[in-house]
Amino acid sequence: MTLHFRSIEEAGAERICRLLDLTEHMAAVGRRPNPKVPALRGKTVCNLFFEDSTRTRMSFDLAAKRLSADTMTLAVSSSSVNKGESLRDTVETLDAMGVDVFVVRHRTSGVPWQVAGWTPAAVVNAGDGWHAHPTQALLDAYTIRQRRGIANDFSGLRVAVVGDIRHSRVARSTTEILQLLGAEVVHVAPRTLLPPASDVATTSNLDDVVSEVDVVYMLRMQRERMGAGLVPDGGEYSHRFALDERRAAALRSDALLMHPGPMNRGVEMMVDPAELPQSTILDQVTNGIAARMAVLFELLGSGGIEE
Amino acid sequence: MMQHHNMVLVGATVIDETGERTADVRVREGTIAEIGSDLSVGDDEHIDVSGCIIAPGFVDLHTHLREPGMPEAETIETGSRAAALGGYTAVVAMPNTDPTQDCVEVVEFVSKRGREVGLCDVRPSGSITIGRAGTQLTPFAELAAVGVHMFTDDGLGVQDEGLMRRALEYAGELGVVLAQHCEVASLTEGAVMHEGECCSHLGLPGWPALAEELMVHRDIELSRLTGSPVHLLHLSTARSVEMVRAAKTEGLAVTAEATPHHISLNDERLASFDTRFKVNPPLRTMADIEGVKAGLIDGTIDAIATDHAPHPPVAKDRPLDEAPPGMLGLETALGVARSHLDCSWQHLLGAMSWRPAKIAGIDDRHGRPIVVGEPANLAVIDPDSQWEVDPSALASRSRNTPFIGVGLTARIRHTVFEGRIVVRGGKATA
Repeated sequence: MTLHFRSIEEAGAERICRLLDLTEHMAAVGRRPNPKVPALRGKTVCNLFFEDSTRTRMSFDLAAKRLSADTMTLAVSSSSVNKGESLRDTVETLDAMGVDVFVVRHRTSGVPWQVAGWTPAAVVNAGDGWHAHPTQALLDAYTIRQRRGIANDFSGLRVAVVGDIRHSRVARSTTEILQLLGAEVVHVAPRTLLPPASDVATTSNLDDVVSEVDVVYMLRMQRERMGAGLVPDGGEYSHRFALDERRAAALRSDALLMHPGPMNRGVEMMVDPAELPQSTILDQVTNGIAARMAVLFELLGSGGIEE
Repeated sequence: MMQHHNMVLVGATVIDETGERTADVRVREGTIAEIGSDLSVGDDEHIDVSGCIIAPGFVDLHTHLREPGMPEAETIETGSRAAALGGYTAVVAMPNTDPTQDCVEVVEFVSKRGREVGLCDVRPSGSITIGRAGTQLTPFAELAAVGVHMFTDDGLGVQDEGLMRRALEYAGELGVVLAQHCEVASLTEGAVMHEGECCSHLGLPGWPALAEELMVHRDIELSRLTGSPVHLLHLSTARSVEMVRAAKTEGLAVTAEATPHHISLNDERLASFDTRFKVNPPLRTMADIEGVKAGLIDGTIDAIATDHAPHPPVAKDRPLDEAPPGMLGLETALGVARSHLDCSWQHLLGAMSWRPAKIAGIDDRHGRPIVVGEPANLAVIDPDSQWEVDPSALASRSRNTPFIGVGLTARIRHTVFEGRIVVRGGKATA
C-alpha cells in the first residue's frame, strides 16, 4: 500500500502528531543560513494543479526544492485539460515520466483518491473541492502550537471558525485537526453557509464568541456566493460576520487571529491584520513551507536533513 | 430469426402469478405445449433443471440501451444480451437516446433493431416532451399507434406542473401511462450525492430527499385531479414510499418501482469517491433503504426496475461532478434483489415479472401464467447459486457495476425468449 497524505481523517492522530513534530524540525531547517537539504535528491515531485492557486503551488514548489527534489508543474484549469484528454490520461502520461509524488489540487472533492487509483506514486492533497486541505490544517495546527508554546495537546483551546464553512475545505480539514488534538471548535456562519448536517457546534452570532475564544479563524468569503442567494449581499455579510474594528478590539490580547489567505479585504476583513498583534497570517505562510516539507519528507525521505 | 427450440424442462419448481408447483414444462414452436409430471421427452431436447425455479421471463421497466447515439456505452445488441443473461424477456427502453425517442422514426428504429437482435423484447418508451426539454408534448397518439405504452422524460423530471397536468389529461384518454423521474431541479443543482451527514463530511453538493418527495406528492395529486395513471420511477426515499402507500390506500392510479441499488447500497459508498456509486436519484441512507425494502415487500412498490445505465470508463474516469450518474443493473438485479429482500420467491418474481408487465402494457406476452398455450418467455433460476460479480465477465459494453466483487445468491441458468434458448447454462447463446 502506497502511503498518501489526502485528509486529516485518513492520516489519523498518531501520524498527525508525528508530522507536527517533523514540521517543527523543518521550520528549524528553514531558519538555517542555507535552508536546503539533500533529503529528496533524485525524487520527482509533480504539482498537478487543476485550479488556480498560486500561493499553495509556490509553497509546495519551494518545499520540494528545499528538500532537493526535482519538481515539475502542470497548472491548468480543469476545463481546458479535458479537451480530448481525460484526467486519467493526464495522470498516466505524467506517471510514465517517472513521478514519485503527485501534489494534486482540484475544484472537485475526491480527485486525489481517484488519482491514487491511476498511479503507483504517492498523492498529496493540495485541496480538493470543498472537502479537504490537509497541509493547510497541518500548518494551522503547527502555527497555533508555535505561537502558544504548547505541544500536541490542544485540550482547553477554544477556536471559532468564521465564514463560509459549507464551501470550505480549509474549514473541514482545520476543524478535523483541531478536534483531533483536543481543541473545542465552534463554526460561526449563517445557516446557508453551514454544511447540511454536521456535529460541530454552531452559532450565527460572532459577537457572542469573538471575545471568548483563544483563536478566531476567519475564512475567505468568495464574492460569487453573494450572487447565489446564499447571503443577501456583501454588506449584510460583513455586518454580521466580518472582523471589523469593534470585534478586533474585543479580541483577547492572548488570542490568535488566523486566515488561510488570500484575504478579501472589505468583505470578511474590515481591519488591517498587520496592525493586530494577534494576527498569525504571515506565520501561517512561513509555516506552510515547513509543513509541506514535513509531508513530502515523510512520504519520500530516506536521506538525512543534516546541514 | 433463430429457430424455435423444442424442449422439455424437467424437474423444476414452476412459480407464476397463480402459485407454485413442481412440474415439467414442454416448449414447442414458441409456446408452452404441455405441463405435467414425468413428461415423455420424445424428439424434444431434455433439459434437466432439477433444483431450479421456472418463472415467467422478467420485465424491466427501466433500461437505458443507449442506442441510437451512444454506442460506446451500450447498443441494443449488447444491452439485450445483458438483459437475457439477467432473465429478462422484455425491457422498456428509456427515451434519452440521441436523437430522443420522441417521434415515430426513432421509436421504430429501436423496435426494429430489437427484433433484429432477437434476444429479448425491446419496447421503446417515448419522451413526454420533445427532446425532453420540458416544454412541448410529444405526439402520444402517434407513438401509441406504433406500440409505445410508457412515456417519460427520465433523467429529468417534468418541472412544469401545468404541463404535467395537461400531459396526464391527454395521455389518460389514450390508455398510455406517464412515468415520472421525480426530481425538483431547483433543489438539486450541481448535486453529486444524497444530502446528509455524509455529503457534509465529504464536501460534495447534496441532493435532498425532499427534491424527490415534492414531485412524488405533486404527481400523486395530479393523478387524483386528472384520474390518469402515473408511474413513479426509481423511488429512493422512505417518505416517497409512505406517500405512495397512502395513495394506493385511497385507490389512486399510482404505481411505483425501485432499483436493486437503492435497496442494497447507501450514501456512505461515496466516501471512496468512486464514481461508480454516483447515480440519480442518489444512494440514500440506511433508513431509506429499509423504507424502500418495506415498500417492495408489502407491495406498495410494484416493481423492481434496474435503471440499467451504462457508461464507458472514459466517462466514469472523471471527477465526481463531471462523471455521469448511473450504474449497470440488468445482469445483477435478480441476485441483488434476492440477497436483500426477505420475501417469498413468488412475491419477488411478481416484482420482476408479472407486475411490471402489466405496468408496461405488455402482459399479453410477458409475465403470463405458465400454462399450456402461453408464449414461452421464461426465466430458469438457480436459486442457490453463489456467485461473485466480475465486471469483465458482463455482457454489457460498459463496466460500471457498483457490485464488483460482491457475493450474490441466485442466478439465471437459462432464459427462453419466444421459445428460443437465448441463455443456456448462464451463457448467452448469441
